[in-house]
Amino acid sequence: MVIGVKADPEAIVAGVCDPEIPYLSIVDLGIVRSIDSDGRAVTVTITPTYSGCPAMEFIRSNIVEALEADGFEAAVLTVFDPPWTTDAISARGRDLLASNGIAPPQLREAVVCPRCEMASPRTVSEFGSTACKALMVCSSCGEPFDHFKQLR
Amino acid sequence: MSGFTDILGHADDNLILAQQLSGWIASAPDLELDLALGNIALDHLGVARALLARYGELEGKGRTEDDMAMTRSEREFRNLLICEQPNGDFGQTIARQLLIDCYQVGLWERLSADSDPVVAGVAAKALLEARYHWRHSSTWAERLGAGTEESHRRMQSGLDAMTRFVDEMFDESPDLRPSFDTRLNPVLARAGLELVVSPFPRRGGREGIHTEHLGHILADMQWMARSYPGAKW
Repeated sequence: MVIGVKADPEAIVAGVCDPEIPYLSIVDLGIVRSIDSDGRAVTVTITPTYSGCPAMEFIRSNIVEALEADGFEAAVLTVFDPPWTTDAISARGRDLLASNGIAPPQLREAVVCPRCEMASPRTVSEFGSTACKALMVCSSCGEPFDHFKQLR
Repeated sequence: MSGFTDILGHADDNLILAQQLSGWIASAPDLELDLALGNIALDHLGVARALLARYGELEGKGRTEDDMAMTRSEREFRNLLICEQPNGDFGQTIARQLLIDCYQVGLWERLSADSDPVVAGVAAKALLEARYHWRHSSTWAERLGAGTEESHRRMQSGLDAMTRFVDEMFDESPDLRPSFDTRLNPVLARAGLELVVSPFPRRGGREGIHTEHLGHILADMQWMARSYPGAKW
């Protein structure tokens, strides 16, 4: 199969989403540190949200797959420094989280319910369905919801 | 500069603790704690992997993180003895975690300025996580310590079971002790708990002299890799 190199590596990488939050691009999540291309060879450097995030391996292979589908040779590097914090999540990413029922990262005291927007939730568990989320419940409407934990 | 063996010790602390914590998966008191202890285990495992890989690199013998974790024998592990102590009941697990969290916050603060850039990067990341782990362990220690008579008794006996292994954490860096105390003591005071000084402190983990528990942990952790060398998913 002969594939011409046309597509933009940055756009391809931006099309890869977090497997746990499938509407959130890894670029909006803020884990892509750099995309260096030299002709067909592309090196993407990413950083984990949490040290042991089990999605990293999956994200890495998704990046490689997406780039190779457009004829690139992809390498993915992982760096720890400087550490990822929730400040790296883009404004668009925060909006996407909120509109999909996940309270975006902020101090626990300032979290509002993504359903009724009342500021009276309580924490059910410091750890939710994934390492990056805590489980809360709204004291006003009773909705249980995930809070993307603030890490900084 | 963290020495060669220091990296291995810190890696093994996190690997063995991760293995112990993951023993709670599917058997914690409730689903939220199952998730919490599993997630904390994952953080420790991630730190262990990064440090083991770094150690292998610096050692220069071509050993990977998997080789380090799965093919070393008991005497080659350098973890602190507290990390290999049994989960016991939930109170004992929280006691172990609280003591380790209080130690690791200070440790990662220091190592985030390490001259080895990889170690410094891992430590800076681990510091943010350790603070969050501490938030979990300290909240539970307070809830159990100041809870019912039974929860208090269990939390205190969990601490009592760990007291012999506290001094060893500060053998290599006695200056980490003040930050440990500063973090721990207010929690114990609010919880009505006491860390009794052990007249018989145990040490030896950093030299590979372990308690009886490590052999059992390794048998469980390594049997697959040792039975089927080179096996792939």
